[in-house]
Amino acid sequence: MSAVSNEIEIIDDPGAPAHVPRAADLNPRSEKRAEQQVAILFGLSGVGSLLLIYSYVFVADDIFIFIPIMGNQNAHQLGLGIGMAMSLFFLGMAAVHWAKTLMPETEIVNHRHEFRSSDEDRADFVKTVKDGVAGVQLGRRKLIKRSLAASLGLFALPPVLLLRDLGPLPKKQLEMTSWKAGTRLVTDPGNRPILASDLEVGSVVQTLPAIAEGTERLLSDIAKDPVLLIRLRPEDFQLTPEKFAMTHEGIIAFSKICSHMGCAVALYEQQTKHLLCPCHQSTFDVTRGAKVIFGPAARPLPQLDITVDAEGYLVARAPFNEPVGPSFWERNSQ
Amino acid sequence: MTTAEKRLGTVANYVDERTGAAGWMKKSLTKVFPDHWSFMLGEVCMYSFVILLLSGTFLTLWFDPSQREVVYEGVYEPLKGLKMSAAYASTLDISFEVRGGLLMRQIHHWAANIFMAAIVAHLLRVFFTGAFRKPREFNWILGILLVTLGLVEGLFGYSLPDDLLSGTGLRITSAIIQAIPLVGTYISFFLFGGAFPGVGFIPRIFTLHVLLIPGAFLAVITIHVMLVWYQKHTQFPGPGKTEKNVVGQPILPVYMAKAGGFFFIVFGITAFLGAVASINPIWLYGPYNPGQISAGSQPDWYMGWLDGLVRMAPPLETHAFGHTISWNILIPALIVPGILFTGMALYPFIESWITGDKREHHLLDRPRNVPNRTALGVMSITFVLISLINGGNDIFATVFDLSINQIMWFSRIAIFILPPLAFVITKRLCLSLQRADRDLVLHGRETGRLVRMPSGEFVEVHEEITPQERWTLTSHEQQPALELSETDSRGVRRPGGFKNKIRVRLSKAHAVSVPKVTAQELKEIEHH
Repeated sequence: MSAVSNEIEIIDDPGAPAHVPRAADLNPRSEKRAEQQVAILFGLSGVGSLLLIYSYVFVADDIFIFIPIMGNQNAHQLGLGIGMAMSLFFLGMAAVHWAKTLMPETEIVNHRHEFRSSDEDRADFVKTVKDGVAGVQLGRRKLIKRSLAASLGLFALPPVLLLRDLGPLPKKQLEMTSWKAGTRLVTDPGNRPILASDLEVGSVVQTLPAIAEGTERLLSDIAKDPVLLIRLRPEDFQLTPEKFAMTHEGIIAFSKICSHMGCAVALYEQQTKHLLCPCHQSTFDVTRGAKVIFGPAARPLPQLDITVDAEGYLVARAPFNEPVGPSFWERNSQ
Repeated sequence: MTTAEKRLGTVANYVDERTGAAGWMKKSLTKVFPDHWSFMLGEVCMYSFVILLLSGTFLTLWFDPSQREVVYEGVYEPLKGLKMSAAYASTLDISFEVRGGLLMRQIHHWAANIFMAAIVAHLLRVFFTGAFRKPREFNWILGILLVTLGLVEGLFGYSLPDDLLSGTGLRITSAIIQAIPLVGTYISFFLFGGAFPGVGFIPRIFTLHVLLIPGAFLAVITIHVMLVWYQKHTQFPGPGKTEKNVVGQPILPVYMAKAGGFFFIVFGITAFLGAVASINPIWLYGPYNPGQISAGSQPDWYMGWLDGLVRMAPPLETHAFGHTISWNILIPALIVPGILFTGMALYPFIESWITGDKREHHLLDRPRNVPNRTALGVMSITFVLISLINGGNDIFATVFDLSINQIMWFSRIAIFILPPLAFVITKRLCLSLQRADRDLVLHGRETGRLVRMPSGEFVEVHEEITPQERWTLTSHEQQPALELSETDSRGVRRPGGFKNKIRVRLSKAHAVSVPKVTAQELKEIEHH
């Protein structure tokens, strides 16, 4: 095996194979049959169109029919769809069958030409361009050249500037959530405050910060604020003293927004006490402060410092001490 | 002359006297298109695009691209009274209250999937047969542009209904944008009109999805097809086919009838899928709420491989000087695809640099005859497939009763090992196939008939192949590897010696092949 030179005697080209006539070319009966087949296909297309019209006008959209394999199907939808499919498909089949059986099928040969222009044309082209460029006189007129460059440079700025009002500047929005010291945790959905004593060991609750009666939550807040409450036995935790101090009688609170790409970390496994993000499978160990034990996330879920107020309801003792959600350039992760 | 002919003549005369079109039309109508099933893949792309324009226009008549919050009062009971965006509510209305609306939505989504699948298949056909070689490099680049546009258009399209699944996709999109150093946060705030999910994204991507990108598509597709027309289609090698001709059916009538018919067949099949195969049932996902998610969240397959790469990325972030760089997002979502697409766009130039071949090519390669290129293609497919499998790792875990961790670790290791392995195996296979071709030409086809010779020996009778088949198996060129000496004619070392060394090395690897049968060899065999 090796690289071989092309300078060998090659086998001769026998030329295009002889044309083989089709059945319809030779036998009038085959020809007749092909013609009938094309007509039948066109007919089937027509049937499809009629089925569509019938289903649109006469079949109510709450009738279900049983079709083997597919199960119960909406008759109106199915009639429309099958009708449309038939009307299109058989129209195409008819045309193709017609072309294949009856239209002349002798192949013809076109010739190719190299794309390169003749030397003469190329020389003329170069001359035309040179003359044209010379006529512009950019080489001589330094003042025009410089002012042109400057104006083109400036010309490029306004279009970028005009897009400025697409949105507000980020400012500190990514670093902030609605949580403040003393904000009550309320259930989502339901907006009910949560008594610490009502949470049993092993239970999980999705919460949001309480808002004033009658106000609406912004979606952009729901994208940052959700917090998961999980109650374990205090001895289950393996936390640093600071992190342990942020829990309350075995209740620990994490941001539900994944530190990887911001999906809701919604899957909690009772047995292993792991939180799993369904988007990219980052897995967080609740007992070790939502430490990443698997997957692409690089940081633990931020932990919310919680305690109870005078009435025994769970509240935030302090806002999150780091930004929640995915990383971004301005994030100070030290 | 019949009346119909007379009438047609009048029209033709009217147009020709004003445009002089007859001369050009005469040539065009007898233009030849070679026939091969794989040439229909590009047609499928174009027809699906037309289907997308038609079904998409239908959908815009009822779709309300707005993030304004409304309370749903439609006919779908489970969501009644829920707050949602007008975009989601109007998509529900199209699905349940507009007759034929659901069918059109499903046709539109199926057509998008067929469009992307056909683009990928067409791209692979062009790659494996070497159709991208001179003079078609520009058209290859336009093709890469089209597949990139397709990815973005698809992502925007399935994000428009603003359901829980697509909203999750947008959340991930915004995280990717945010991960761009320096400007990411700003770009994200500008695109979304504020902190995610913002107020502006749906109406904005609607304009991009129905106007700007389709316009770009239309322009690029037009140039793409015009170049095919102007440069004439490539053809597979075979008897009577040369670099200087093109053999096939003329546009009028056969090609036109077949191509026109084929459009309706593609449309018909798409409509059939739209009729019987439910796709993207957004009413099951519910409206988007950033605090919720559905398990098993998957993007459409053409984005799935990117998601798979993101899933398998190691948890790497750099924290320094008060800034964060998320390598776990940047590498899989931007850097690796960037390298892949750039490499793909540049491949025609890289191959021609390696082979030193600057001639025009209109005859296609049989993939086995260019083992290196074919192996590179299979290697890339393997890479994308592993990523795609990992993109559905949660689904695979459920179906095959595996743990996600097992699939993830398999992918993380396989992504480095399997593609090179695929390269080596494919190259070996190509060479084996070349050897089989050589055997076939020299010794003919095995007939399975055993004959006992007078000497008592058993031999199998071989049947000679036709001269046409022989030509097809031997007409390809086997280019020798480049030879670049390290010194010039005066014995002085050339500049760029290292570059030349790499080039010679690659060229040698590219030229490896089983020598094809020559006329001398055949003659010798006949004498025996």
